[in-house]
Amino acid sequence: MSARKNVKKSWEKVHRFTIVYVIITYVAESEERATFPVWECGSLCFLGGDMLRIVVIGAGIVGSLIARELTKYDVEVILIEKELDVGWGVTKANSAIVHAGYDDPPGSVRARFCAMGNKMYTELSEELDFELKRIGSLVVAFDDEEIRVLEELLKQGEKNGVPNLEILDRDETLDKEPGLSPSVKASLWAPTAGITEPWMVAIAAVENALDNGLELHLDEKVVDIVVEKSRVKKVVTERGEYEADVIVNCAGLFADEIAKMAGAEYTLIYPRKGEYILLDKNVGNLVKRIIFPTPTDISKGILVLPTIDGGILLGPTAMDLSRDRKRDLTTTREGLKEVVEKTKKMVPGIDLSYAIKTFAGLRPESPQRDFFIKASERIWGFINVMAMRSPGLTAAPTIAKYVVEKIIQEDLKINLQKKEDFNPYRKGIIRFAELPLDEWDEWIKKDPLAGKIVCYCNRVTEREIVEAIKRGARTLDGIKFRTRAMFGRCQGGFCMTRILKILARELGVDESEILLKSRKSWLIDGRVRE
Amino acid sequence: MKNVDVLVIGAGAAGMAAALAAAEQGAKVLLVEREDRTGGILNQCIHNGFGLHYFKKELTGPEYAEIFREKLERSGIDTCMEKFVLEVDVNKKEVIVVSKEGIEKIHPRSLILATGARERPFGSLLIPGDRPSGIYTAGVVQRLINIENRLPGKRALILGSGDIGLIMARRLTLEGMEVVGVVERLPYPGGLLRNVVQCLEDFDIPLLLSSTVVEVKGKERLEEVVVASVDEKYNPIPGTERTFKVDTLVLSVGLIPQVELVSDFVEIDRSSKGFAVSNTGQTSVSWIFAAGNSTVIYDLVDYVTYEGEIAGRSAVRYIDGKDVGKTKVSVEAGENIGILFPKWFDPLEDLTMYIRVRKPIEKGILIVEGALERKVEDLVPSEMIRIRIPKNRINASEKLKVFIKEE
Repeated sequence: MSARKNVKKSWEKVHRFTIVYVIITYVAESEERATFPVWECGSLCFLGGDMLRIVVIGAGIVGSLIARELTKYDVEVILIEKELDVGWGVTKANSAIVHAGYDDPPGSVRARFCAMGNKMYTELSEELDFELKRIGSLVVAFDDEEIRVLEELLKQGEKNGVPNLEILDRDETLDKEPGLSPSVKASLWAPTAGITEPWMVAIAAVENALDNGLELHLDEKVVDIVVEKSRVKKVVTERGEYEADVIVNCAGLFADEIAKMAGAEYTLIYPRKGEYILLDKNVGNLVKRIIFPTPTDISKGILVLPTIDGGILLGPTAMDLSRDRKRDLTTTREGLKEVVEKTKKMVPGIDLSYAIKTFAGLRPESPQRDFFIKASERIWGFINVMAMRSPGLTAAPTIAKYVVEKIIQEDLKINLQKKEDFNPYRKGIIRFAELPLDEWDEWIKKDPLAGKIVCYCNRVTEREIVEAIKRGARTLDGIKFRTRAMFGRCQGGFCMTRILKILARELGVDESEILLKSRKSWLIDGRVRE
Repeated sequence: MKNVDVLVIGAGAAGMAAALAAAEQGAKVLLVEREDRTGGILNQCIHNGFGLHYFKKELTGPEYAEIFREKLERSGIDTCMEKFVLEVDVNKKEVIVVSKEGIEKIHPRSLILATGARERPFGSLLIPGDRPSGIYTAGVVQRLINIENRLPGKRALILGSGDIGLIMARRLTLEGMEVVGVVERLPYPGGLLRNVVQCLEDFDIPLLLSSTVVEVKGKERLEEVVVASVDEKYNPIPGTERTFKVDTLVLSVGLIPQVELVSDFVEIDRSSKGFAVSNTGQTSVSWIFAAGNSTVIYDLVDYVTYEGEIAGRSAVRYIDGKDVGKTKVSVEAGENIGILFPKWFDPLEDLTMYIRVRKPIEKGILIVEGALERKVEDLVPSEMIRIRIPKNRINASEKLKVFIKEE
């Protein structure tokens, strides 16, 4: 609490100066652009003279990283999310790939952010302590036409600044991945591609931001944006109102609807569905790298890739849905069939008896098939960060910097002051089963719960579960995505009832109040006998 | 570091029987269990029907477990709860265990795996639709109701007519939930006939054969389940869909032996997906034995107890250097045999075979080449055949072929 007061004080010192600076530069600027009338700038003082307040809408990976980036400065940052937890929209269900950056057409916004984002992930994963494995990716070609595409991708990648790309012949390809179909002819090898847990990046960013003064509101849907004299004024949610000097719209699939509330420019967001099948980790080393088919104009295709905890993920399909189906996360018979058929063509050894989970995710696609990241020219203070289709995950760290350094500071001419006491580091929940045995043993001596295995399949201890709850997990999925409990081959068959009890105990509620993932996803109806 | 003669992993029916049998032979036995009490899944099986073979009387699961629990207490066997086995080092003959007391290394002269089975999860069925709450495996529902005193919902459909599914249909009905039906892909029920009668027919619960769940609906909690008829290849027949408004879907779609701890170096049987063992319970690694549902999914716990006892006895016999596994004849499945246990015949013990047919057979002759011919009738895959052949009646040097001729 006292740290926060200090922040306020240090802000007050620079406050007056900043406002004056903004007003002056704005008058000068506005004569050229004439987008904002000059008289508007007279009212450019932030929320009654208090600290500048920025509201970020949407706690997916993009919103979370922007919120964290903002907490590096002396501003009040509020992050609002409609779901019960962080990273539960687009971030929760995708291929989890940190792309190398050869896919995106040079000159596109995607290309600008992707290759750089890939590089930023190393430092980010060290600061935020989430797992990143640079296992590399292979785009495989099965005929001469596809080999030509590989060559184009190579050129494109080099233009985008992707390092160490290489075309491998058949033998070199099979040498790397013996599980590939022997009819493969060549591949494009990109050693910098990697895998991560996207939701964990968002969770880690938010935890770190909270440590640096972020105000987080979960389970609050934004219902209106109030604009006064072409400037953003406040964000209205189901539960309250938040005055805002700047609003950053990171609402994923619903970003167009948020922009409409503000009367700002937007691009339409179309959901593109991707269906996946997850295989248990005892499939072993079916593949050790990310295997892409040769891409088409529409998508990168259906892939085979290892997950961060050693399973194998197959997918996604690419099915364009109408705009009214932004909540359609159903898997389909046709979709799953397509996933099986296409991945088996590349990796014939895929055995569906190892399947443990099927799911679907939606990517926010726009007619331009490119990111839409800019400050509104109509509504001052409203910034769109939308249409974060692939490679949104990879680009997210770059986008966070771009929004804060370029859009807010340069385009909106808001002079943000760096905090002196920003702590860039966040420690993840310790996975005891991954520690050397003697270290684990020492932890157990300190806390016996570190020796109590709750999730048998992924070897998650009770201490990890309790820690996840301390960090904000309120639901079964909250535990699952923070600890990997219930993520394994039994899918919670053994541990779900135990985790229910731990949640209820730690939160001080009855088990019947514990939810799977959303307000009405109840798990228990009542007692058998009173 | 701890040295023991026999280490038993898992204190369910198989593990308790194995530990007791080994201790009776004078061995120093350590029994480790990851749950907080002995008995395994028996503890939540509060229905009766246990013990008819072994005790010649009808017991509930907890009663059956209690008998062994008391024997364990009297036996002086070192029994440790809430201990989880992390690793078996086959070269060092070392077993690493974690518990609230810390990490421990155990050096057994012989190891018995009694790790049981897990339920096939919903995700493995590749059923299209939403991913709401309200979809549970039967074992989870059984635990919720019988142990935790909690009801999972109000209206349920059950997928799979295995024994657990049938028993849960009755349990849910008795506890006040409405069960709208039990759906089975096969044209015949998957569980024991006595359970079909006692659990479904007695309660007027419809059994929908040759049907399957083709879609689950509900953005948050389960709201609807769509069921369709299937053709001979189990493909849904378009136009036969029926929608059931339920908030709960209970899955009884099969058990999978839990072998992952050692499956890198212990042979797995291709048909049962459990540890391949001989009739002494010995696995492909001579000092490692296995028994119970981690070897093959049994119908009756009584069988599990018998096999656990054999494994326990044989493990001690192995330590004593009495040639366990010296001679092994492979037992091979032929015509009409779906699942066959054991994988090898060791002439030190009589041969008790457990067989599941591949498809229903009205009349036939079961032939164990060079050992036995027996008329059989009304065989279904859901009911195991148990056949015991004295060791001196078997003349086989290389392999023992088992098949059923249909008549």
